[in-house]
Amino acid sequence: MGKELRTEFRSRELLTTTGVFILVVVVLFSFTFDPSSAESRRFAANLLWLAFLFAASLMLQPCFLREQNNDTLSALRLSVDDPFAIFAAKLAANTLFLLITELVMLPVFAILFNVPVLRVFGQLALVLFLGSLGISIAGTALSAISAQARMRELLLPVLLLPLLAPVLVASTVVTIGLLEPTPFVEWKGIGFLVTFDVVFLTALWLFGEYLLEE
Amino acid sequence: MTPKDFSPTGIRFENIDKRYGGLYALRRVSLEIDAGECAVLAGRNGSGKTTLLRIAARLVRPSSGVITFSGGRNDAPTSLPQIGFVAHATMVYDELTAGENLLLFARLLGIAEPAARAEKLLEDVGLADRKNSLVRTFSRGMRQRVAIARALLNEPAVLLLDEPATGLDPQGVSWLAETLRRMRDGGRTIVMSLHGESEISSLATRAVRLEAGSVISDTRSGGSLHSILTFAGA
Amino acid sequence: MKKNAVGGAIVLLLLGAAAYGALYVAPTERTMGTIQRIFYLHVSSAWTGLTAFFVCFVANLLYVWRRQPRWDWLGVSAAEVGLAFTTVVLVTGPIWAHPVWGMWWTWDARLTSTFVLWLLYVAYLVLRTLVEEPDRRALVSALFGIFAFIDVPLVFGSIRWWRTQHPQPVVMGGNGSGLDPTMWRVTLFFWLAMLALMTLLMRARYGMEAMRGDLEVVRREVEAA
Repeated sequence: MGKELRTEFRSRELLTTTGVFILVVVVLFSFTFDPSSAESRRFAANLLWLAFLFAASLMLQPCFLREQNNDTLSALRLSVDDPFAIFAAKLAANTLFLLITELVMLPVFAILFNVPVLRVFGQLALVLFLGSLGISIAGTALSAISAQARMRELLLPVLLLPLLAPVLVASTVVTIGLLEPTPFVEWKGIGFLVTFDVVFLTALWLFGEYLLEE
Repeated sequence: MTPKDFSPTGIRFENIDKRYGGLYALRRVSLEIDAGECAVLAGRNGSGKTTLLRIAARLVRPSSGVITFSGGRNDAPTSLPQIGFVAHATMVYDELTAGENLLLFARLLGIAEPAARAEKLLEDVGLADRKNSLVRTFSRGMRQRVAIARALLNEPAVLLLDEPATGLDPQGVSWLAETLRRMRDGGRTIVMSLHGESEISSLATRAVRLEAGSVISDTRSGGSLHSILTFAGA
Repeated sequence: MKKNAVGGAIVLLLLGAAAYGALYVAPTERTMGTIQRIFYLHVSSAWTGLTAFFVCFVANLLYVWRRQPRWDWLGVSAAEVGLAFTTVVLVTGPIWAHPVWGMWWTWDARLTSTFVLWLLYVAYLVLRTLVEEPDRRALVSALFGIFAFIDVPLVFGSIRWWRTQHPQPVVMGGNGSGLDPTMWRVTLFFWLAMLALMTLLMRARYGMEAMRGDLEVVRREVEAA
C-alpha cells in the first residue's frame, strides 16, 4: 500500500515549488503589516497556517488529475482490492509532503518573525502533523471530486477551504498558544484536530469507493 | 504463462443495462462466453463495446443486470477471477520507467516476488532492454507492450482488450496476434473489441456484434465470423 | 395545482400570524428596543436553514445508496432553499447589529459559522454547475454534500470555542438563554411558519427539477434516435 508513495516521489518538483510558494506568501503577507512589532507576532501563527492552507490547495491539485493522464486510475482500481487503499496511500504521501514542506519552512518563519520555535518544537510538530493530516484527508477526497469537474483548478480551493475552516481555526489557536512568551498547549484545539481527522478519515473510508466510480 | 496458474473462467452477462442520464449505452445485453473462448466484440463506435468490457473488468457498475464468472457472482470477492484489462489508454505512468511501473503494480497486486515477476514479463513482451527507460519516451507500440505486460502480471484467467491494435504498426500487430494466440492456446478466456478483420480477429472462436447497446448478431446463433466482423450494415 | 394553492395559502397565513406575533405579541426587549424584533426572523431562518441542509444530507445519503434521481432533485432543492434561508440570516444579522452596536458585521461565533456554512453550500451549488453529466453530477455533489454536512458541527464547534478564547461583547448571545417565555413562544411559532415556507419552496423547486430531469431524458432519447 505504501508502494504508491513511489509514484508520488516522482513529483519531487512539487515539494520545492510548494515550499517556495509558502515562502512567497509569507513574505507578501508581511508587507501588509509591521512584522517586527510585538503585536504582529501574534499574527505569525495565523499567517503560517493560511500560507500552508493555500499552498496545500495548490499542491493537492495534481493528486487525482495525474491519474487521468493515461487512465492510471483504472489500473490502480484494478490492482487493489480495497479502494480505500488508494486513498490511504495518496493521503499518506500528501501528508508527508505537506509536513516536510512545513518543517523546512519553520526555521525560516521563526527567523523572519522572531518567534521562539525551538523550545516548543515537539508540540509544534504535533500540531503540524494533525493539521496537515486534516488538510490531506479532506484535500485528497475533494481532489477526487474536483478532478471530475470543469474548472478544477479553481474548484478545489472553493470546495476545500470552507471545509477546512475548523482545521484552520484549531491549528492556529494551538500554534498561537505554543508561541506565547509562556507557551502552553491548548488541548482542546488538539482535540478538535483529532476529531476532525477521525471523522473525515471515517467518511473517506465509508465513501471512498464512490468517489472513484466511473 | 502456464495454464496451471489459473483456472479457466467463463463470463456471463445477464440483462445488463447501462444508463448515462437518459441515454442507454447498453440495453438488456445477455451474453455468455465460455471458458477458454476467444471472443471478438464488433460494432461501430458508440455501440457499447467499451462499456461492456469495462463492466466485465468491474470498472463500471451496470445500472441493472448481473455479471457472473463461472464459479460465482461478480460481486463475491472469493470467487473473483483474475482479470487483465488492456484499454485504449495505456494505464501506466509516463513519469516512471517500464520496470518501475511493473514493479509498482506487481506489488499492489500482492504478487509474491514482484521484482522477479516484473522482470519476466518485461522479457516476455520484449522490453527487457528498456527496463530503465521512462515510459514517456516509448513509442505507441512499446507502450502497448507495457500495458499488456501490466495486464498479465497476475496471471489473469480472463483477458479483456479494448481495441488493442490501434496505433500499432504491422510488426506490432503481428506480435500482438502471436501473444494472444499463446494466451488463447494456454486456456485463457479472451474478449476483445475490434474494428474489422485482421490478423488478430482470425484468432477468434466467437464473434458478437453490438449496435446501439444491443447484441444484433452472434456466431453462436448462426452468424458467420466474417459477416459479423465486416457488417456492411443496414 | 389546487394543492399548491391551498399550501400557499396556509403558508401565507402562518407567516402572517408569525409576523403579527413578532411585531405585536412579543414584548419589547429591554435594551435593544424595536429592532430586536428582527431576532425572530433571524433565529428561525437559521434553524430552518439548518433543517433544510439536514434534509439535503439525508437526500445525499439516499442518492449514494439508491441512485434514484429523485434524491438528487431533493438534495439540490433542499440545498438551494437552505442557502436562501442562510442568506436571510446573514442579512438580518447586520441589520440588527448596526443600530444596536454601531457595527455592520460582528465576528461573533454564530454569524461567522453561518458564513462558513453559507460558503460550503455555495460551493455545493458551484460544483453542480461544473459537472455536466447528470449521473456523475448527482453522485459527486451528493458526496460533497455529505462531507459538507458532517463538517457543520465541527465548524460551529471550533469557531465557538475559538471565540471563547477572545472575550468580546456578547452580541447575538442569549439566544435561548434567559429568554422571556412569550418570546420563546413567538420564536417557536416563527420557526414553524418558516418550516412551512421551507417545505413549500422545496416542493416547488423539486417539481422544477423533476420536470427538468424528465425533459433531459426525453431530449437524450430524441438525440440518440
